[in-house]
Amino acid sequence: MQSLDRALQPGFADKVLSAQATFRTVMEAMARPGQVMQVEDGVGRPPSMMAGVAAIALTLFDQETPIWLDAPLSGAPDIGAWLKFHTGAPIVADPALASFALVAAPEQLPDLRSFALGSADYPDRSTTLVLQVASLSVGPMCQLRGPGIDGTVSLCASIAPADLFARLSINEALFPRGIDVILVDGRSLVAMPRTTRLAAAGG
Amino acid sequence: MNAPTYNFAYLDEQTKRMIRRAILKAIAIPGYQVPFASREMPMPYGWGTGGVQVTAAILGPDDVLKVIDQGSDDTTNAISIRKFFAKTAGVATTTSTEAATVIQTRHRIPEAPLQEGQVLVYQVPIPEPLRFLEPRETETRRMHALAEYGLMHVKLYEDIARFGHIATSYAYPVKVNARYVMDPSPTPKFDNPKMDNCPALQLFGAGREKRIYAIPPYTSVVSLDFEDHPFTRYKFDAPCALCGAEDSYLDEIVTDDKGSRMFVCSDTDYCEGRQAAGHRGTQNAAPHKEGAHV
Repeated sequence: MQSLDRALQPGFADKVLSAQATFRTVMEAMARPGQVMQVEDGVGRPPSMMAGVAAIALTLFDQETPIWLDAPLSGAPDIGAWLKFHTGAPIVADPALASFALVAAPEQLPDLRSFALGSADYPDRSTTLVLQVASLSVGPMCQLRGPGIDGTVSLCASIAPADLFARLSINEALFPRGIDVILVDGRSLVAMPRTTRLAAAGG
Repeated sequence: MNAPTYNFAYLDEQTKRMIRRAILKAIAIPGYQVPFASREMPMPYGWGTGGVQVTAAILGPDDVLKVIDQGSDDTTNAISIRKFFAKTAGVATTTSTEAATVIQTRHRIPEAPLQEGQVLVYQVPIPEPLRFLEPRETETRRMHALAEYGLMHVKLYEDIARFGHIATSYAYPVKVNARYVMDPSPTPKFDNPKMDNCPALQLFGAGREKRIYAIPPYTSVVSLDFEDHPFTRYKFDAPCALCGAEDSYLDEIVTDDKGSRMFVCSDTDYCEGRQAAGHRGTQNAAPHKEGAHV
């Protein structure tokens, strides 16, 4: 029984088509910041990892993408084993080396400057932050603007850390360097690339 | 039972992941050229290997694919790429701009307005707008990093000094989201205004030069110009000879060896749609009635 408990969780049922469907969802999310998108159901995952995060990992991670895990995720042995088995991505301790950072306890999110921000010559060499948040349907409303948004878009979400938008304002000063963020709540996800700005908060 | 087959949409999964990551960064940094490990494709460079790789990385079984070559659905390049994806991905194909979810294009933007949810994939030969002004990649990369685009304005100014107007008529440089100067691929500058604030996502793939870049929906795309020499589209002297359209981009067709010619819409789907709706040009007095022959 114990060996069964330790057994690895599966990944996608159909690696090729599920990865394609997930990528299109993430691409649409990145192209339309602030809009809530849903990845398809049925992805195998370790219990403490949200389905959206698992789908992103299986779609985008491989041996070329160093991954940084926050303390709750790196402390869970099944997460590292699952990522290694399904994606082959190396797990790194230094967030500045990471292509993707997975964060399960965003209230303890380290300073964004500790992640890779890209260089002026190669701003694409930056960390994509994947945050597990409490809700992408209820919570304080904020309005976002930027490329991909027709005017402004409203997002109701319970996001930690509470000062995430203030922290992300480094994107404005650093552009074109910066951090791209994907917020995940279960199967729902919202992307905020480095061009997205807070137009108004509260409400 | 198990006949040999292609992986879905030809590319292997590791290649698709690499291209997909590049596409996401390209969307996050509008107009910036993301390097990617372009693969050899079963077609020569210059036939759209960059666009094909981008299309292969995004295409799904529910997509409806349209491929155009200079606006035309029925030229060799367009047909062979359409057949390639029909064979390797089994996707539905169409010539209708409205019905397509993914449109791969070589140098035209369809006349019919694009919609939210559609993706326009451009085949790009030379992605670097500064390349003919500065051949060194290290230098052009620095110029982009510093947003140092004076040289491009000098080039446009030299056009004015030599010809009295900006003579650049295709691959007309644009500034995306008020930051990166970008080559819109060799589209005629007639199409440049369609890129601005477009509801569809625009992706650009350059296979030989190994670059992917993007314009997200609803993003400002400004054609470079001067206050006293503002950007202008073409003005065609005549309407389309087949459908009478006065607002479309026209191709010149030589009709005999005595110098006769006619001007017709470059966008064949647009032209056929107008003819089907009863519009007639000067060279098309007799309605098109293939099916009515007895």
